[in-house]
Amino acid sequence: MAKKNKSPEQKRYQQIEQKHELKRPVVKNCIKAFFVGGTICLIGQAVMYFYMYFFHFTEQTSGNPTVATMIFFAMLLTGFGVYDKIGQFAGAGSAVPITGFGNSVISAAIEHRTEGFVLGVGGNMFKLAGSVILFGVFSAFVVALIKTLLQIWGII
Amino acid sequence: MLKGKQSWVFPNRPVIEASAAVGGPFEARGKLASDFDILHDDLWMGKDSYEKAHTLILEEAIETAIQKAEMTKEDISFMLAGDLVNQITPSSFAARSVGIPYFGLFGACSTSMEGLALASFIINNQGANRVVTGASSHNAAIEKQFRYPTEYGSQKPPTAQWTVTGAGAAVVTNDQEKQGKLVTTSATIGKVVDMGLSDPFNMGGAMAPSAADTIIAHFKDLQLDPSYYDLIVTGDLAKIGHPITLELLKKEGLNIDSQKFKDCGLMIYQEDQQVQAGGSGAGCSAAVLYGHLLNEMRKGKYQRILLVATGALLSPLSFQQKESIPCIAHAVSIEVHP
Repeated sequence: MAKKNKSPEQKRYQQIEQKHELKRPVVKNCIKAFFVGGTICLIGQAVMYFYMYFFHFTEQTSGNPTVATMIFFAMLLTGFGVYDKIGQFAGAGSAVPITGFGNSVISAAIEHRTEGFVLGVGGNMFKLAGSVILFGVFSAFVVALIKTLLQIWGII
Repeated sequence: MLKGKQSWVFPNRPVIEASAAVGGPFEARGKLASDFDILHDDLWMGKDSYEKAHTLILEEAIETAIQKAEMTKEDISFMLAGDLVNQITPSSFAARSVGIPYFGLFGACSTSMEGLALASFIINNQGANRVVTGASSHNAAIEKQFRYPTEYGSQKPPTAQWTVTGAGAAVVTNDQEKQGKLVTTSATIGKVVDMGLSDPFNMGGAMAPSAADTIIAHFKDLQLDPSYYDLIVTGDLAKIGHPITLELLKKEGLNIDSQKFKDCGLMIYQEDQQVQAGGSGAGCSAAVLYGHLLNEMRKGKYQRILLVATGALLSPLSFQQKESIPCIAHAVSIEVHP
């Protein structure tokens, strides 16, 4: 049954259902996401300074080791079963930073370990992150295309 | 024997000779821990996959129930079981190791009562002398089927439910000495109801109309009043679906005392266990009925109960294709034979 063609009976029921349905506490979730996401970024910033002051990285080059370190932390927290609990509390706060991306890859890898390394881990590791990579790369391509065209036409 | 449009009555009174419930670590911390026969302290249960652990809990529930009935597997003619994994492999694999002729059932979370209704029908109509029926679910194996990976940090909405790690099984017989024993007296088979809801994180809201439909049909077919039962228990409607069902029933003129109207998904866990709206899964109603509720009946707390197990008949594929969620509910009444 398609979603759009609702019978009067279905509409009537959905009104009753709406009355009882618990809504996501959006404002509360946003505040929690802001602080947890901010804290993760603060830790990331500290890691970045660590690489800049103790190793010879610059502001431009310290990004890569920082990302790797943050993903390593996310891996440990996912493996020890903590990251999903942080996720339930923080929502977007722990999903949006790079740690959330790491978590989506690592959790899928753990989940499908019992199906073997090739078809299980290999085949499923990117089942959540795959679409992020695909649409991330595609939107980067579109933006770069627009910029190139604007440059050719001498607008920028 | 058919009564009304969609109900069976069982004049030969099939006896629930024994029953057993098996649970996981999260259930061991729940409200009904003392009613489980076996509780595992680890989700892996010594197996190398969650699916094998899922098979194990059903095997254990069936074997324990047969043991408690003081029988052997050879005494049992048929086994009726089902679960939520693709192609119901845990139930079929359990049937392989148990070795009893087997009916595989799929009614999502309503499988427990689909099984008990059919088992009672077989016994009532001399199709067998002894059958065993059960249903099970395993949190990690089922979440893997229907949701994101278990360790993925997504935020579940307050309407989401927690899949119970549990199995319940019962041995149903044609025992002639019925006095004081638990017997099944009637069953109502539900029709598929779809009210157009499509959020897989709100199963209770989707399933409530099917529960109401079956309950209304039950009382109409059997010409009974809700006060006949000491307790009417739904399967896994949880915080959202349960009050909706009560409201729908009231609208149809069926006034049920809210004190006598419970839900397995709301009974199994403590308030401080973070399960959002409540428990769910094929093992939820099976473990609560075959463990807790039947124990309470044996103690004499309830004389007559009606269990209405509800199931959402979706698949991960169907909801990705934006299909709405069709739902079903089956009811079985269990009484202490006078």
